[in-house]
Amino acid sequence: MSLFAVHVSLLFGLLLIAATTGALGVRRRRTSDAVYALSAVAAALGASFAVIHALAGGLPAELTLPGGLPGVGIRLRLDSLSVVFLVVVNGTAALVSLYAVGYGRHEYPGRVLALYPLFLIGMNVVIVADDAFTFLMGWEFMSLASWGMVAVRHEDPEARRAAFLYLVMACGGAFALLFAFGVLAGHAGDFGFAAIRARSLTGWMPELALVLILIGTGSKAGLVPLHVWLPLAHPAAPSHVSALMSGAMTKVAIYGTIRLVFDLMPDPQWYWALPFLFAGISTALIGLLQALVERDLKRLLAFSTIENIGIIYVALGLAVAFTAAHLAAPAAVALTAALFHIANHAVMKSLMFCGAGAVLHAAHSRDLEKLGGLFNRMPVTGALMLIGAAAISALPPLNGFASEWLVFQAILASPALPVEGLRFLVPAVGAVLALVAALAAACFVRAYGIAFLGRPRSPEAAAAHEVDRISLAAMAAMAALCIAGGVLAPLVVEALRPVTELLVQGGLPAQAAAGPAPLSLTPFEGGRSTYNGFVLVVFLVVSSFLASWGIHRIATRATRRAPAWDCGFPDASPATQYSASSFGQPIRRVFVPIALDVRVTVTMPPPGDVAPARFELTMVDPVWTRLYAPVALAVEWASGRLNVLQFLTIRRYLTLMFAALITLLVVVVLWR
Amino acid sequence: MSDFAFDLAHLLAGLMVVASMVLLYQDRLNAVINVFAAQAMLLGAAVGWQAEMQGAGHLWITAVIAFVFKGVVIPAALHAMVRKLGIHREVEAVVGVGPTLIAGLALTALAVLVVMPATENANPLSREDLAFALAVVLLGLLMMITRRNAITQIIGFMSLENGLILAAAGAKGMPLVVEVSVAFSILIAFTVFGVFVFRIRERFDTVDIGALERFRGEQQDDA
Repeated sequence: MSLFAVHVSLLFGLLLIAATTGALGVRRRRTSDAVYALSAVAAALGASFAVIHALAGGLPAELTLPGGLPGVGIRLRLDSLSVVFLVVVNGTAALVSLYAVGYGRHEYPGRVLALYPLFLIGMNVVIVADDAFTFLMGWEFMSLASWGMVAVRHEDPEARRAAFLYLVMACGGAFALLFAFGVLAGHAGDFGFAAIRARSLTGWMPELALVLILIGTGSKAGLVPLHVWLPLAHPAAPSHVSALMSGAMTKVAIYGTIRLVFDLMPDPQWYWALPFLFAGISTALIGLLQALVERDLKRLLAFSTIENIGIIYVALGLAVAFTAAHLAAPAAVALTAALFHIANHAVMKSLMFCGAGAVLHAAHSRDLEKLGGLFNRMPVTGALMLIGAAAISALPPLNGFASEWLVFQAILASPALPVEGLRFLVPAVGAVLALVAALAAACFVRAYGIAFLGRPRSPEAAAAHEVDRISLAAMAAMAALCIAGGVLAPLVVEALRPVTELLVQGGLPAQAAAGPAPLSLTPFEGGRSTYNGFVLVVFLVVSSFLASWGIHRIATRATRRAPAWDCGFPDASPATQYSASSFGQPIRRVFVPIALDVRVTVTMPPPGDVAPARFELTMVDPVWTRLYAPVALAVEWASGRLNVLQFLTIRRYLTLMFAALITLLVVVVLWR
Repeated sequence: MSDFAFDLAHLLAGLMVVASMVLLYQDRLNAVINVFAAQAMLLGAAVGWQAEMQGAGHLWITAVIAFVFKGVVIPAALHAMVRKLGIHREVEAVVGVGPTLIAGLALTALAVLVVMPATENANPLSREDLAFALAVVLLGLLMMITRRNAITQIIGFMSLENGLILAAAGAKGMPLVVEVSVAFSILIAFTVFGVFVFRIRERFDTVDIGALERFRGEQQDDA
């Protein structure tokens, strides 16, 4: 039996056992522990087997299982792209499952247990699939299992709405993908990826396929305007599930984009980059601006996921543009940046969602306005969340900075592009991306500061307690990865080289040799610019040490403790602090009208009335009102009209079918 | 194969189409049943001839089933049913005879146009047979939607099924199991239909399916 066969059977076998255990489990608490522990082991095995396989040089490995389409079978294949995503997804899944061993007992354990391993199976199937049928099967498995977990609190109408919307978007996306494969495979119809890869599309077929792919995978990844399900679904699911959905599932969707566009489609044209760039940059901006004013912690994180997806798509668009221009080196930088950011975002967003879960469990609220001062009550979670927040705001020396820096390096290589329009467009995109990066920091200063600093805004927050140790250990591991990803960035980039060589026929210069110092990240030959996270860490540690030493030396040594955030009024109500809304207000005034229809109404009582003045703020996603609401209305109108068909007489039904048959036959006759 | 073999096969299949056309304009139930019986017997003959030509022994069984059950037993049962219900005069077509026949002709032409180009490489015997079979199927459907009486609808359905058997017999290699099971499913369908017709009659004192629709509380059917 080949290594790949062992890998697949172990991974899927363990996960299936976990799913069965979850479905049959009676004693809830123990079942929950067993399911998550098994999932963690399986995911860890899945990730490590992929690494072993890559190191042993056994790529690409292929395997055909019985089942699937007749004559096609379930074809699986492991190449370097799959390995990277297996490591990202299973690594995330292993840590999140570990977190869930401690945490999963708290949030709706019973109903999630059977679905959670199935969800992992679905994601793994998508990544190793080597034919369209298996790919779509895994895709749907992933969608349905996660839908089940979004719908887990179905008593809540809001959760039901989220689940419904998620299902609609998932179905629409899968439908688009189905057609995309139809276009790619053509009517000669071999749905194996090898055959699709060998086929060259003519005319406008590649563009059609590209649009369908972007709709299909983008709807799952959260690309604007297909992002509307994401901020609803993530808060509805239990926190460890939202961590996986945000950290891993959106990455599987991007894997779909990369696999289809870079691997299966023929030579790209320069204008293929346009949808990537436009969708990516608007996704990043809109996601971030909505995150900036969001009060619900998990929704905020979901919007931030949308933002990061946008960044990744911008990087992918750059990779497409450079590949089309046959500039292998910058294309490799852009693709490396995208993959690196994928891995980073998987780690840091899972950390943030796990932290949000800890906060939710400890303070019983996700509303920022009811949190505050949590750092004193949960110092470890607070410290880990701080690392996560810094990483996601792209602060050096953490991993988010390294990958975003690579994105900007790719943008700076744009003058080499042969197309005039792109030479103008890409720097503009870069400018917006810079704005996004800056605002992201503001967003997480707000989220972290309001939740963890200051004074508690509710009795629950004041009584918060630290979460259990297993959860903390899992979060600590994720935080450690955030730091390692930043400091050891050149190693990560080296590890991504096989993928860029496979997909864009180029790679970054060998990192060990190219840079001026060990562990420096050098995207281009000749060291035009380098970044060294390690030196930065040393500098930060030394300078902060020196600064504190100096301050203590020059000023008094005594530590003075004083109430913070009291605005000069000791013992005033906690409501006098900065709140999430007041912190976000200036940004809301300036930027957010781009992304949201903001309406502010102030109701002043007439003189003499003792009623309080009311300030009401409504924010609606314009995508929702301008795009989806009309579609929904049209569907409703059409279904109202078609409803008549439900009450036809038997003879009329027959007539209808007869007419359809005759019409089709006539079409057959005329078509020939 | 000789020309005679072709000609006889086409004659039998063509006669089935004619029988279907004849079914379309009958205005008495007994006549409808008799034409249907004739069509079923023609089917038996056609299938038998196919069995002889293809040297396929099992097709004889199909032929016998078609001849005995659909040509004799079911029509007899239908006659008994009509007698029992006392409705031998009731045939109400929704569409007039003229338009129905024109539609029938058009459908036959359509069947030929569809099948002939689509089966260019097929064995010429089954080619023509398929065209006729499709015509019989379409005419059966047409009969089902142009009649309001439950029994004529049953007959439309069964003549449609005759077309299917004809097609299947022409295409070599339908396994016996399928034929037998289809034959029995038709018998069962017939029984179920019969029970339903009697039930309808019991409830509404008529077998006009319009009554059902009124009972469902829907808008009045046309006619």
